[in-house]
Amino acid sequence: MTGVLLLPQPLANGADSSPWHFWGYFQDHRHEDLHWLWEHTYLSLLPVAIGLAISLPLGWLARRYRWVYPPMISITGLLYTIPSIALFIIVPPLFGLKSLDPLQVPIALTVYSVALLVRVVADGLASVPDDVLQAATAMGYGSFRRLVNVELPIAVPVIAAGLRVATVSNVSLVAVAGTIGMDNLGRLFDQGIQLSTPTAYYPPIVLGIVLCVLLATVFDVTIVLLNRAATPWRRAVAAR
Amino acid sequence: MIRFESVTKRYPDGTVAVDSLSLVADSGEITVFVGPSGCGKTTSLRMINRMIEPTSGSIFIDDQDVTKVSRTELRRGIGYVIQHAGLFPHRTVVDNVATVPLLLGHDKKKARTRALELLELVGLPASMAKRYPAQLSGGQQQRVGVARALAANPPVMLMDEPFSAVDPVVRAQLQQEFLRLQQELHKTIVFVTHDIDEAIKLGDRVAVLQVGGHLAQLATPAELLAHPADAFVAGFVGRDRGYRALGFADAGQMPLLAEPTAQLGWDLAKARDVAVDGWVLVTDAEQMPLGWLRLEGLSDSALSGQVTEASLNLGGTLAVQGGTLRALLDAALSSPSGRGVVVDDDGHFLGTVTASEVLERIQQRTPVARGDAG
Repeated sequence: MTGVLLLPQPLANGADSSPWHFWGYFQDHRHEDLHWLWEHTYLSLLPVAIGLAISLPLGWLARRYRWVYPPMISITGLLYTIPSIALFIIVPPLFGLKSLDPLQVPIALTVYSVALLVRVVADGLASVPDDVLQAATAMGYGSFRRLVNVELPIAVPVIAAGLRVATVSNVSLVAVAGTIGMDNLGRLFDQGIQLSTPTAYYPPIVLGIVLCVLLATVFDVTIVLLNRAATPWRRAVAAR
Repeated sequence: MIRFESVTKRYPDGTVAVDSLSLVADSGEITVFVGPSGCGKTTSLRMINRMIEPTSGSIFIDDQDVTKVSRTELRRGIGYVIQHAGLFPHRTVVDNVATVPLLLGHDKKKARTRALELLELVGLPASMAKRYPAQLSGGQQQRVGVARALAANPPVMLMDEPFSAVDPVVRAQLQQEFLRLQQELHKTIVFVTHDIDEAIKLGDRVAVLQVGGHLAQLATPAELLAHPADAFVAGFVGRDRGYRALGFADAGQMPLLAEPTAQLGWDLAKARDVAVDGWVLVTDAEQMPLGWLRLEGLSDSALSGQVTEASLNLGGTLAVQGGTLRALLDAALSSPSGRGVVVDDDGHFLGTVTASEVLERIQQRTPVARGDAG
């Protein structure tokens, strides 16, 4: 693992193992850390995007055929209980990939995103008032057009709330994949643990936490802003 | 014209919502489906635009079997208004109204121009066009709902309890404007309500439906009040139907009593000099009645002031000359002076009538007229 080769450096200039030295640690390993930050970013976002694409038809199905809803929600909900580390390890044999294949993490996290988002999409569609659906149908919307032009726009706030949860939880799950050797901010925790023998060395661990929290905050704020931009009608209600 | 031919709707659990319904809703008229809940009125309405498919029988719009047209195409040609308006919360008022024209592929700009015209037609200021439905009151939302149903200028409109969810004052207003609109537009309208008073007020013809989806009677409101077909209709139409039937009885030109009037700002002493039996009618400068003023039993010192708006009794209703016997009788009965105020079409004061004079007019109607009440 390349990270291990870099280990002597922080120890070399020695003294500062205080948690607050994380910024210095970042500056010393800037190139590498930024690379991991980028990897972490797309590994967090891509599965949510794919997960949403898969969840839309599934959620629609669960809404359209009421009997589908309970089993669908149970099954997708149970997926979320699979421990992430186990899922990362089991994905390659299941999908015929090599270990540390670049698809390994996205596939596993897509499973989690679907687990969260199917319910969100179904509930979002259920949040559309019945009289609005009736009116849309009565005015001559076909079912697909009604879904795209009426139901989904109205479901945006509920779906956006689910996307916030899915994205933020992905940021933390991606880090777990770092500890099995995938390139992302999780590697900082790995490094921290390795550097902590014989004495505790905190800077990479704190840096990992700080960058993860920052990343999650940026995603969260972005989704909130996109949601606001997509739903001016919601604020109009509040302004009443 | 909308024609039901032995239309039956039976649900899988055996419930019969509509039982062999046959009737015709004439072109350019308002046909009201009225009845208690479970009478199949809404089911019948929704079978017209195929929101519900009949188990057997056929529905025709102008001799076109509705099942021979694609659902979406059929529905785009039929205006539809429901109880809570069902406006799209994520679209502005003007975009809500433009919905059907845009579905039909009309030019966007034209659709919006048309939408603005319609908002004006239903009595909404253009400043509301850019608002979202949640920013409107229930009554305003319902107006937008009507405008939206009219947008593609459909010959047929289906209205399912459109005015039920608003307060009585707004409801009365919406009903009045709906009738005014219909006088201009002459749509073929099927209107569903559970409220017999609304049915009688709005319908050109009223179909009274009974639980289980039987048509109990289809008649004009006046006929319904005068000749209920059976005990169910009689019970449903209600107790004071004799009085309500007067609402369809033309009063003709009533001979009126000349009534001296006073105006705001007059000295009370001057008003007293013209008062009859202690009451004088106060009007504005245009002879529009404002209210009654009581001058009996006032001491000389109390008479030193002037006629002000605050001192008026506003209890009396107004009857229009040439209106209905019901309005005339009500004006007489509600007037504090016992003299009902009669005005012309523009609201100018003409004279007064007493309740006994109106009753005499009611008595004078021939038995046939009484029976037909029309």
